[in-house]
Amino acid sequence: MKTFEQIINRIESGKAVVLTADEIMDYVDKKGLAAAAKEVDVVTTATFGPMCSSGCVLNFGHSKPKIRMSEAWIQDVLVYTGLASVDVYLGATQLRYNDPANMDHPGEFRYGGGHVMEDLVAGKTLQLFALSYTTDCYPLREIRTYFTIGDLNQAIMVNPRNCYQNYNVAINDSEKTIYTYMGTLEPKRKNANYCSAGQLSPLLNDPYYETIGVGTRVWMAGAQGLVYAEGTQHAGGTARNDAGIPKGGAGTLALTADMKQMDPEFVRGTSFRGYGVSLALGVGIPIPILNEEILKRTCIRDCDIHAPVVDYSVDYPQNTGKVIDYVTYEQLRSGEIEVEGKKIAVGSLSSYKKALNIANLLADEIRKGDFLLAKPVKPLPKDTKMKPLLVREKPS
Amino acid sequence: MSETVTKKLMLFFPKCECEKPIIYHLVKDHNLIVNIFRAKVTPEEEGYLVLDVTGTEEDIQQGMAFVKTFNVDINYTGKGVTRDEDGCTHCGHCITHCPTGALHIADRATREVIFNEEKCIECLACIRVCPFGECASVF
Repeated sequence: MKTFEQIINRIESGKAVVLTADEIMDYVDKKGLAAAAKEVDVVTTATFGPMCSSGCVLNFGHSKPKIRMSEAWIQDVLVYTGLASVDVYLGATQLRYNDPANMDHPGEFRYGGGHVMEDLVAGKTLQLFALSYTTDCYPLREIRTYFTIGDLNQAIMVNPRNCYQNYNVAINDSEKTIYTYMGTLEPKRKNANYCSAGQLSPLLNDPYYETIGVGTRVWMAGAQGLVYAEGTQHAGGTARNDAGIPKGGAGTLALTADMKQMDPEFVRGTSFRGYGVSLALGVGIPIPILNEEILKRTCIRDCDIHAPVVDYSVDYPQNTGKVIDYVTYEQLRSGEIEVEGKKIAVGSLSSYKKALNIANLLADEIRKGDFLLAKPVKPLPKDTKMKPLLVREKPS
Repeated sequence: MSETVTKKLMLFFPKCECEKPIIYHLVKDHNLIVNIFRAKVTPEEEGYLVLDVTGTEEDIQQGMAFVKTFNVDINYTGKGVTRDEDGCTHCGHCITHCPTGALHIADRATREVIFNEEKCIECLACIRVCPFGECASVF
């Protein structure tokens, strides 16, 4: 048994023993659970993949004369201005003005909110165009200017939903190619796509949210951020397999961090043909090894994690809830799964290579004492379910 | 008789050379087997052609000497499709869409995506599906 404070002290004194979630299984097999639990202080987890529910709050400071922005665009991508005068919120999936979307299906969606976030972190010069209805205190009607992230007072990433605990494996049962946020899916189950770092993914290594909660310090694209709330659609009460791993989406995290501290390698705009734009983000989360049980759970292997195979031509869009089968991440990572007797080639949207890289970068920062753990101030709910949106008649 | 070899080439046709039957002469006069992967050779424009040529080293050399007389540039690396290695995140979305396995995962442990240009047939599927826009065509 160790306390958070003891682990933090060991990190501060540069003595912490840190392993990645990719290394810990073999280490525990070799040393034994009890000895390893005494020795290891932190296991690092990570993920890199598209996280649509991401965005950022930007503050531009005031022009002379002042403007109260009522509509604004960065690089022709609409931002939300229903905040204070020069605060805006940029969402990752926002399309560029005049993007033809799916008018000529499948659309290309070459540039949008996620790409603006990538360019911002990369230090590029971006265009701001804003309009105002004008007020006595904010007389300027229109502004067009150019800025970099360094010119902004704040550029804070505020992501309502990142780090899905587990996720669907998407296939296409129909006769034609479909274009989804899970990528391009060929007809008649010709391919399958998944999106998780599996055994390296944060919430799969802490399936009961024993160490990750509101207030946990996280590595966000190189910046030190935190979990500010449970993520949207967090459903801790999702059914679990024998290893305690949820058999579907389940937990999510709402994350925030300062974009000025981020590394552009881990903040990447994405374009999904026929679907839209998004942001791929690198997140690393340390798990303090407080006891043997917590260590044991970080030893989860891909073969013990099941993901639901879902048809994205009918069952996903029609919200039938049907799961065709469950497959393990070991099967997914082999490049081929077998579903109802048919072999299906597997692709993915989540980069294991980048996730491994992040887990190692975070481990190094903790070893050097540069990244301290923060004790959560509030646990994530374990019993909540995902509610549907009901279409009701207007109440009389 | 000399052994035959296959070489992947990319030819660049300047504007003035687009209307001459160069490939016909490679087959007819230089005994080369050609397998064209992709071509964009249109009148009044510059053009590109990516192809395999199979024949003896001597025939290929003579054929290429003939091609050069038309002011056509020969790129022996034959890369009409490129993958930016630095920008690639190795997500692996492309691999099921690549029909020849040119884009593939060599090591299951790291799931790094490798691009074997030799196997690329220039179908351009990777360009359509890459979420990060890291695959591109020279033409």
